Amino acid sequence: MIDKIVPSVESAVAGIRNGATIMIGGFGQAGTPFNLVQALVEQGAQGLTVISNSISQAALLVENRRVRKLIASFPIWVDRTRPNPLDEQVPAGEIELVMVPQGTLAEAIRAAGAGIAAFYTPTGAGTLVEEGKEKRIFNGRECLLELALKADAALVKAYKGDRMGNLVYRMTARNFNPLMAMAAELTIAEVEKIVDVGELDPEVIVTPGIFVDRVVKAPKRGEWMYQSESKLK
Amino acid sequence: MKASLSRELIALRAVKELSEGMYVNLGIGLPTLVSQFIPEGMEVMLHAENGVLGYGRITTEDKEMDIDLVNAGLQPVTLRPGASFFNHADSFAMIRGGHIDLVILGGYQVSEKGDLANWTTSFERVGAVGGAMDLACGVKRVVVLMQHVTASGEPRIVRQCTYPLTAREVVNTIITDLAVIEVVKEGLIVKEIAPGWTPEEVQSLTEPKLMVAPDLREIEL
Repeated sequence: MIDKIVPSVESAVAGIRNGATIMIGGFGQAGTPFNLVQALVEQGAQGLTVISNSISQAALLVENRRVRKLIASFPIWVDRTRPNPLDEQVPAGEIELVMVPQGTLAEAIRAAGAGIAAFYTPTGAGTLVEEGKEKRIFNGRECLLELALKADAALVKAYKGDRMGNLVYRMTARNFNPLMAMAAELTIAEVEKIVDVGELDPEVIVTPGIFVDRVVKAPKRGEWMYQSESKLK
Repeated sequence: MKASLSRELIALRAVKELSEGMYVNLGIGLPTLVSQFIPEGMEVMLHAENGVLGYGRITTEDKEMDIDLVNAGLQPVTLRPGASFFNHADSFAMIRGGHIDLVILGGYQVSEKGDLANWTTSFERVGAVGGAMDLACGVKRVVVLMQHVTASGEPRIVRQCTYPLTAREVVNTIITDLAVIEVVKEGLIVKEIAPGWTPEEVQSLTEPKLMVAPDLREIEL
């Protein structure tokens, strides 16, 4: 019998090693696996490379100095209620920040999961993003060669899951989660509800269980974190 | 100093760029305000990078707010009938694949060629581009909303952007607190102007030479 359910978030993140590359799903608070991130902090892995949309998904890891490199479309600290850990870690060279346009980030993750090594995209041509990248013109348009992004482990958050690892999501909490689930050696899903096999309609399963290794039930977490008007132009 | 358009009035003017049946993305900041002013009965499908097509307006009512339902600025939004959810790669396929009709973005600078700078003012610090580059180069029509000048009075419409670029030669229309300006191959054409302002006054706050449309009129809301 296939049974990917693990009893606790501690057992869910077991085996993630120092120096590993970790993907973390979520956009703002929506779909961010906060329980798994906290468990990973407690597990103790250090020197991690984190791939996430923004620093919000990795905030706890960054605050605890576990991240050596952050690859994100929003690799800046926006939470004004807490001190910015980058103020110390960036000048000290403890963390490297790599900014990737959001669509390129999503596609690079999708590509890795689909076995595609790299792809050409017009996004970022003629900007700072093109630095060091191979360029080619297709149909008169300059494109950048972007490499796929894969990970040792992906931490994802879903709404419901079953023992086979089938997952469904809720609203905009889907975002990067199904893509990251495909792009890692070890995919760990925290779900709000575990349901019996057969209960999820095969027509609406978003992430088929083949992409998922561990499923753990954890309470839904996350607070509103919309950006303050003053940051916006 | 004469009165210029408020943020709300700029957003109201931007609503006139929308029409029935359009698929539209609103950038974070001032453009998100546009969702508050779409006329009831106009079927416009709003797209957000984080995987929703057909959201309604920003809501602050507890009973409508759902922590899993936000726009790209992480603001709680409502849903329209016919809305759909999808993953981030599909969301950017809509953007890059040319399926979105219109994007309304904020801006720091726009050049006379339609280059856009809207994600950082620093070449040194690491910035946060989000989806702006994909939107600017993938969507069919790009409208930029911004103040005509910076807080210190420097023009934001410039010959060459001095801030890091978002994308080259992509902007179609600029809506500021003073004017509506079209970007065409020949340069910039002032089409509409804020009440009480003259083209010469707007020119004095704009770096490149502006052409004035023969049918120049007051900004209509």
